[in-house]
Amino acid sequence: MNQIPALLRVFAYLSLLTVGGGMAAFPELKDLTVDVHAWLTFPQLVHLYSVGQLAPGPNMMMIVPIGDWAAGPLGAILVVLAFFGPTSLLTFVVGRGWAKLENWPWRRSIQQGLAPVSIGLLLAGCFTMAKGAIFGLETAAIAVGVLLMLLQYKVNPALLVLGGALVGLLSF
Amino acid sequence: MSEMVAKPVSQPEGTAPAVGVVSLGAIFWAFLIIGATSFGGVVPYLREHLVTRRKWLGDKEFVELLSISQTLPGLNATNMAILVGQKLRGIGGAIAAVVGICLPGGILMFIVGIVYRAHGDHAWATSALKGVAAASVGLVLSTVVQLGRTSLVQRIDFVFVALTVIAVNRLHIPVPWALIGVGLLAVLWHRPSGDRRDGETR
Repeated sequence: MNQIPALLRVFAYLSLLTVGGGMAAFPELKDLTVDVHAWLTFPQLVHLYSVGQLAPGPNMMMIVPIGDWAAGPLGAILVVLAFFGPTSLLTFVVGRGWAKLENWPWRRSIQQGLAPVSIGLLLAGCFTMAKGAIFGLETAAIAVGVLLMLLQYKVNPALLVLGGALVGLLSF
Repeated sequence: MSEMVAKPVSQPEGTAPAVGVVSLGAIFWAFLIIGATSFGGVVPYLREHLVTRRKWLGDKEFVELLSISQTLPGLNATNMAILVGQKLRGIGGAIAAVVGICLPGGILMFIVGIVYRAHGDHAWATSALKGVAAASVGLVLSTVVQLGRTSLVQRIDFVFVALTVIAVNRLHIPVPWALIGVGLLAVLWHRPSGDRRDGETR
């Protein structure tokens, strides 16, 4: 139970790093939950994140088990509140004023400037995750296969992740 | 909850379609359905439910709210829930929407966590999970490519992407510093002044 203050601190902090999506926070998520607090191992984190892609709704609900493992069901609930609370509040406040900012010239600058940075953060998160997920030819082939299929065809990504599970079952 | 009704929060510019009175229960229910069915990404489901089926938003307004959601920290799914809930019913609407969209996936992942802890190290599970993890890397990469196609307008934007990746992955600079450092640089580059018109230097 004494993990709760740390859980709240870590996930409220991670919350503010999710510019462009949950993946942007992945490098820090790995550092803090695996290396600093040892709530889970790196392979477990990679697995949870990946399985989380199969769940409907916001794609970072994989934080729920981390909270549960570290501090029980209360930890699970508090982790969600910590992770979504600060950004929700910020969005709520900014959402009220955003329409008024429509003619503020810096608004466009901020959007255009943050776009490449958020894409860079996504890519950085992806590389961090690849370190735990890609080893050998088979896993690389699955990743490239999924990438090409998604770029080429209109497929539901969740189906491709399930396909990855099937290929994994058959080939490893 | 559903009998509490009030006027939607006033909307500037008249961009909203004529939305009648939306109850908190209806908002919660709509987002609960989206949260329970949106496999493989939330945005298309949000559009389908909010714009096409329920007509709570116009298409232009949907894109506008989405661009706010993508600029601010937080996930697109929850940020959209907050903005739409707020537009329809103020603070109560925002809470109803965000709780609704998180609940199904949250409960599911709670159960997955328990099952994974008990059986995650079985041989068949590790094999399947290896495949799932590799597929997820491909999935995130495709998101990067698709976002890049639409949002990387100038050549310099690719430099900002590279700087961010080098800062985080090679130099191991903490994400907030990379975000503030490169972000500031990029925003200043795209600053509103001067004769360089955005998007023309492609």
